[in-house]
Amino acid sequence: MLIKREWVWGYLLIAPMALGLAVFYLWPIAQTLYLSFTESGVFGGQTWVGTANFTDLLSDEEMLGALGNTLLYAVLVLAGVPLSLALAALLNVPGLRGLSVYRTLYFLPVVTMPAAMALTWRYLFNGDFGAINYVLGTLGIDGPYWVGDPDFAIYAIAVVGIWSSIGYNAVLLLAGLQSIPRHYYEAAEIDGAGRLRQFFRITLPLLTPTTFFVVVITMINALQVFDLVYLMVDLKSPALSGSRTIVYLFYEKGFVQNQRGLAAAIAVLLLGLILVLTAIQFRLQKKWVHYE
Amino acid sequence: MRFRLPMAGLLGLAVLAAGCGSSSEPVTSGKVAISYAIWDKNDQASAEKIIAAFQQANPNVTVKLEITPWDQYWTKLQTVASGGTAPDVFWMNSLNLRMYAKGGIIAPLDESKVTDLPQAVVDGYRHDGKLYGLPFSVSIPALWYDKKIFDAAGVKYPTADWTWDDVKAAAKKLTDPSKKQFGILAPMLDQVGFYNTMIQAGGHVVSADGKKSGFDEPGSIQGLEFWTGLIKDQVAPVAEVYADTDTIQLFQSGKYGMQYGGVWFASTYWANPEIRERIDVAPLPKGPTQEAVILLGLANAVSAKSEHPKESAAFAEFVASAQAQKIISDSGGGALSLRPDTQDGWYKAFPSFHLKETVTDSLPNGVPYPVSMNTAQWQDVQNRLLADAWAGKRPVADAAKEIAAQMTEILAKE
Repeated sequence: MLIKREWVWGYLLIAPMALGLAVFYLWPIAQTLYLSFTESGVFGGQTWVGTANFTDLLSDEEMLGALGNTLLYAVLVLAGVPLSLALAALLNVPGLRGLSVYRTLYFLPVVTMPAAMALTWRYLFNGDFGAINYVLGTLGIDGPYWVGDPDFAIYAIAVVGIWSSIGYNAVLLLAGLQSIPRHYYEAAEIDGAGRLRQFFRITLPLLTPTTFFVVVITMINALQVFDLVYLMVDLKSPALSGSRTIVYLFYEKGFVQNQRGLAAAIAVLLLGLILVLTAIQFRLQKKWVHYE
Repeated sequence: MRFRLPMAGLLGLAVLAAGCGSSSEPVTSGKVAISYAIWDKNDQASAEKIIAAFQQANPNVTVKLEITPWDQYWTKLQTVASGGTAPDVFWMNSLNLRMYAKGGIIAPLDESKVTDLPQAVVDGYRHDGKLYGLPFSVSIPALWYDKKIFDAAGVKYPTADWTWDDVKAAAKKLTDPSKKQFGILAPMLDQVGFYNTMIQAGGHVVSADGKKSGFDEPGSIQGLEFWTGLIKDQVAPVAEVYADTDTIQLFQSGKYGMQYGGVWFASTYWANPEIRERIDVAPLPKGPTQEAVILLGLANAVSAKSEHPKESAAFAEFVASAQAQKIISDSGGGALSLRPDTQDGWYKAFPSFHLKETVTDSLPNGVPYPVSMNTAQWQDVQNRLLADAWAGKRPVADAAKEIAAQMTEILAKE
């Protein structure tokens, strides 16, 4: 009797949360799945087309281009993780004065609106009037149109992506660094290990769980990048072919061209991609992540 | 029992989220309230004055103004319209009209109210032989030019009988690489740019029956090459420049001799005292085949699901009337009213610009902005493929033929 009643209580207590999840997450997910198998007009009127959307997309040059751009962007942003690690290691010097000041400074981009960041960077990257090309010009280098040229745009956006995530990742890694027990280092010192050796033999291995978390989260965020591209590259820009990401294509198909079904299929494909890549990451963690 | 509260609260939230933007007031004691949605803050003042005038004449009706910025306007409108809670009266453009008319979102209106308006604009609001929008303003492309740059190069100002060749010749003379000064801007813009030149060269965007794209017509390709040619001849900046800086801002830097723009740039340029003195405006130059100017007007549409169809239609009709259009022009904002006899106030707001001559000269050559059911869909294709042609990565004829093929496919599905 008692046990049964506890069941009821448990369900009652999670009911508000469960209901919220159902209404705002599960139902939309189910809807998206359903929509991805239809051709959908703007004002309703769905026709079931089976897997046609998916087969269309997989042979669509644009989708493949967007996939390539997205993966390139993800790789570029992941390359920023070592930078975060270096920054965290620098901030972890014992007795560093003003640590909280540095932490705040590096964390600022994380709490800044992406729109404000992207627009500011867009001014910096401006080919004719931007600060970056001005500095290059004083050095005698004729800088490119960073966000107008398809060959450069994705790199310019990745710079902003790295810049905006570096602080967040560094703060996470710093927390990981500070949780490594001191006595390992003391033991290593008695054994005569130098600073560098300590870093590579103690710090890095013991930091791998945090590193793993940072890498997975960074990758998922990078694969879903939209706001930076949307704000830095316009729909009419010649750079779009070289910087269109999967979510940007989703926006274009769904909200510019009004092809809702096709857009839903893009969302489902992206979900699949993220699931597969994350699963691979979890598989690989046996190879390099050390849990104490 | 005790747990009903949070659930009810959540449900309430869900209902709120689903119904956000809805605004159907109950009718009390014969008084009626209708909502009016627009997207341009520049026209807020004139809209408020029009509402005041309308409410004075119809004391039992209250009109509530809602302004949603352009970037969110259509997304929001689609959402609320799908939920059956569209505003009673709202701004509409001809690009979106047919989609809304076919979807049963907007109601047909009384055509007799706009018989005396320029047909090139009115026709843009027809679907299946019925009129679904009452136009009140007009957007006319025109040639802006920088007198200071013309004077320095000793080139005569543009006149109403200029041709493409005059533009090219002037652009060449006005270009000065040492000063980073170009003769003209050549952005990839359809309304104020290549749609005009395509038609001026005898091409078209959509065939008259709406079944076929005209991008592969020789005239259309010639009209597109007019622009890419200016870039190739280095009398206009390369394509990447326009991706970095808006053309309205570029022109105000005083480094460009000419710009195909809109007469509605007037309020922005006038507000900049440094530029005001040095620029003026002329009608678009003639093409090799004909004179043509794309006319696009804004209109008001009435929701088919409005609870007060009579009052809503009356308000839309009032905005299209001479009285209201005079208010629009007198405000000297972005919009120029559609009725020629109401436009003087707007011209007077920008006395040194030759806007009146430009508009008067352009109106007889007006052609409607090309649209179909899924305009946005093929326009996205058009912009994407032309971007490569503008950047010099692909021959124009090649890109135009592919646009035509994809566009005809989209048109066939309509």
